Amino acid sequence: MAQSPGNAVLAHDAVTDLVSDWSAEKEVFKVHWGKAMMWIFLLSDTFIFTSFLTGYMKVRISSTVPWPNASEIFALSFGGDPIPLILIAIMTFVLITSSGTMALAVNYGYRRDRIKTATLLFITAAFGLTFVGMQAFEWTKLIVDEGVRPWGNPFGAAQFGASFFMITGFHGLHVSGGVAYLTYVAIGVMNGRYEKKGYDIVEIAGLYWHFVDLVWVFIFAFFYLW
Amino acid sequence: MAHVALADKEQELAHPKTWIGMYVWSQDHKIIGIQYIITATAVGVVALILSGLMRLQLGFPGVFDFIQPDEYYQAVTMHGMIMIVFMLTAFFLGGFGNVLVPLMCGARDMAFPYMNMLSYWVYLLSVIVVCASFFVPEGPTGAGWTLYPPQAITEGTAGADWGIICMTVSLGLFVVAFTMGGLNYVTTAFQARTRGMTLMRMPLSVWGIIMATILGLLAFPALLVSVIMMTLDKTLDTSFFMPAISSLGENLSHEGGSPILFQHLFWFFGHPEVYIVALPAFGIVSDLISTHARKNIFGYRMMVWAIVAIGGLSFVVWAHHMYVSGMNPYFGFFFATTTLIIAVPTAIKVYNWVLTLWRGNIHLTVPMLFAIGFIFTFIHGGITGLFLGNVVVDVPLSDTYFVVGHFHMVMGVSPFLVVFGGIYHWFPLLTGRMLNDAMGKIHFWLTFLGTYAIYLPMHYIGILGVPRRYYANGTTEFLPDSVQAANLSITIAALIVAAAQFLFLINIFWSLFKGRKSPRNPWRATTIEWQTPDYPPKHGNWGKELPVVHRWAYSYSVPGAKEDFIPQNEPPSQYTRGEGDV
Ligand code: HEM
Ligand SMILES: [Cu+2]
Repeated sequence: MAQSPGNAVLAHDAVTDLVSDWSAEKEVFKVHWGKAMMWIFLLSDTFIFTSFLTGYMKVRISSTVPWPNASEIFALSFGGDPIPLILIAIMTFVLITSSGTMALAVNYGYRRDRIKTATLLFITAAFGLTFVGMQAFEWTKLIVDEGVRPWGNPFGAAQFGASFFMITGFHGLHVSGGVAYLTYVAIGVMNGRYEKKGYDIVEIAGLYWHFVDLVWVFIFAFFYLW
Repeated sequence: MAHVALADKEQELAHPKTWIGMYVWSQDHKIIGIQYIITATAVGVVALILSGLMRLQLGFPGVFDFIQPDEYYQAVTMHGMIMIVFMLTAFFLGGFGNVLVPLMCGARDMAFPYMNMLSYWVYLLSVIVVCASFFVPEGPTGAGWTLYPPQAITEGTAGADWGIICMTVSLGLFVVAFTMGGLNYVTTAFQARTRGMTLMRMPLSVWGIIMATILGLLAFPALLVSVIMMTLDKTLDTSFFMPAISSLGENLSHEGGSPILFQHLFWFFGHPEVYIVALPAFGIVSDLISTHARKNIFGYRMMVWAIVAIGGLSFVVWAHHMYVSGMNPYFGFFFATTTLIIAVPTAIKVYNWVLTLWRGNIHLTVPMLFAIGFIFTFIHGGITGLFLGNVVVDVPLSDTYFVVGHFHMVMGVSPFLVVFGGIYHWFPLLTGRMLNDAMGKIHFWLTFLGTYAIYLPMHYIGILGVPRRYYANGTTEFLPDSVQAANLSITIAALIVAAAQFLFLINIFWSLFKGRKSPRNPWRATTIEWQTPDYPPKHGNWGKELPVVHRWAYSYSVPGAKEDFIPQNEPPSQYTRGEGDV
């Protein structure tokens, strides 16, 4: 016990290590270039979604007409009473599950198990596609059955439809792009395209995918629960 | 886990054989940089001509029939937006960033050459779209470069139908192009430096460029979001920014939106944007001054930290553009405080430039003239910035010509002087020929003195109360006749300065073919972009082996050394051991 360095010393070491790592020659982050780039891109993308969500909060707060009640609008009935938020709950579940299969794919990628990696990537992409499909269903229901439009709706503030379509649409584009990206990587894994270069690309695609899931959690909280 | 790769192992470069592959769909960072430079210069000339039109109207009101109020506002808008975004941002980051970052860091190319190529082509597309707005029905938007709604998308403003859509679409494309390029510049500077090139040995040019790029990556999202929302307001009749409003006697269908929200989003982008233009200029000018004064830059570490501090602070000052927007006065207090704080690191930089010159062995070469000119214009613009940063001083000055004078000194003239200085400095590196000195000096003096003739009177008429963005002042009671005299003389000076820029273009073309052949490393600089095995550098930059860096970038006039400069990659010797290592 007596010999173990105190917390202050450890912290100090950590700081000096950090500084020397960062200012070392060649590479600041000891990671694949693509991964460093993906992190920086995701930071930038975070600012995009933050701007969207802040804008949404602002128009919602300053709206002069009451805001529509989310749990009623997003309710779905299977024959019986409408269950609030049930579709969104399923969508969220699907997306979170896909994050799990993605993580497995990364794991098998580093073990160079091509079959399992590719399969898991395809499964992840399929979950993504399911998500987008359910989103399309939700949009159709809102537009056709409930008469919600970007420029107005029967329930209250017009900004409700506007921000809903804009933000979930932008997120949906991210998911669709991710599906294409994952499919491309999966095909590459199957064909052995990354045997020489290494399987970092699976992890990089995974970073993107987890990010898109994470953003959904925020959208979910701000749109459906608020 | 630890993935330590030699840059050489990590990257395979594409080696095209055809002319088109090498010079058009090129993945070579130097070619892409030149493509950016040419395109940015071309739109820059368009913007220059537009400013000439505005000046003609202001100097000779009513004489030129083809300039009506609508055309005037369209010229104002397109001039501003093109200069700031499509010219300066693209030139510094796409142009200088592409050419300098890999060469100065000792990399073979950008980290992702293919994406880098895409970046240029999307940028070109955005330029085409923004220029297309000159040809759509009713012409380009006349909303002012700040594009404030509701007026930007309401009938009665020029180009409220098609022009504004061209503008928002081209800005969106520009953000995409910038992101692809920007990820490259940052990743290259962070991850692909050669052996021995630690962050604290990087030339300040690279520091300025990558910090500006980081600002861009974090600020352009707000612009992207605001143009998306504005496009929706225009095309789908949503009401993000549009309150209930009546236009031309008719109530519009919009309701409940917030115009102030746009201003916040715009300036969250807009203020960092001014530093996106300023930081690369800071970095490049530091290197020019140090090289041409044969002296190490004063306070290198301070310079780096000042760049980082300015970058960080520039995200918390945006609402100083909105003092008169009607926001909460406590906001004004907060943003005035942060704005004045940002002057501290900025002043540190200015002191360090001056102290670098102090007792230096100053060579008044053309690049150096431009660098010293920059110090003057930048101090001038910085000081008027301090005026405007204070709420009570800004309220009467806001939206007058004083503001126009301020931002032209600080982000118009100053960065442009650095662009020119940089071109005179690095032209030999890319072409193997020197630019003509005599023409360069005429260009400098006309530009430098001319800008004072243009912008000093603007401060004056601004204090008298001349509002900005007015087509004509008419007979305004509180404006003395001298205002028109000032406007006339500004116009004449502006036309002369504009003509001087064509002299510069002539110099470029002439020197490209007839210029004196440049010796290797003509300015006897320490930085490694001059140390490539081929001169000018070829695709891949470094031949067989990457250079190894042994010292910082500022070993000038080291006592005892053979020459008055020691290149960064020269191996240590008795005089140079560890010297200058910070
Ligand atoms: C000490 C430094 C600075 C301070 C305190 C400062 C302060 C200000 C303030 C308060 C305004 C708003 C004036 C108004 O609209 O009423 C302003 C406008 C502006 N500043 Fe600065 N500034 C500084 C440096 C810079 C730099 C370095 C740049 C660019 C490189 C810049 C570019 C601009 C531009 C473009 C505008 C006008 C925007 C518009 O309304 O169209 N400023 N500045
Ligand atoms: Cu500002």
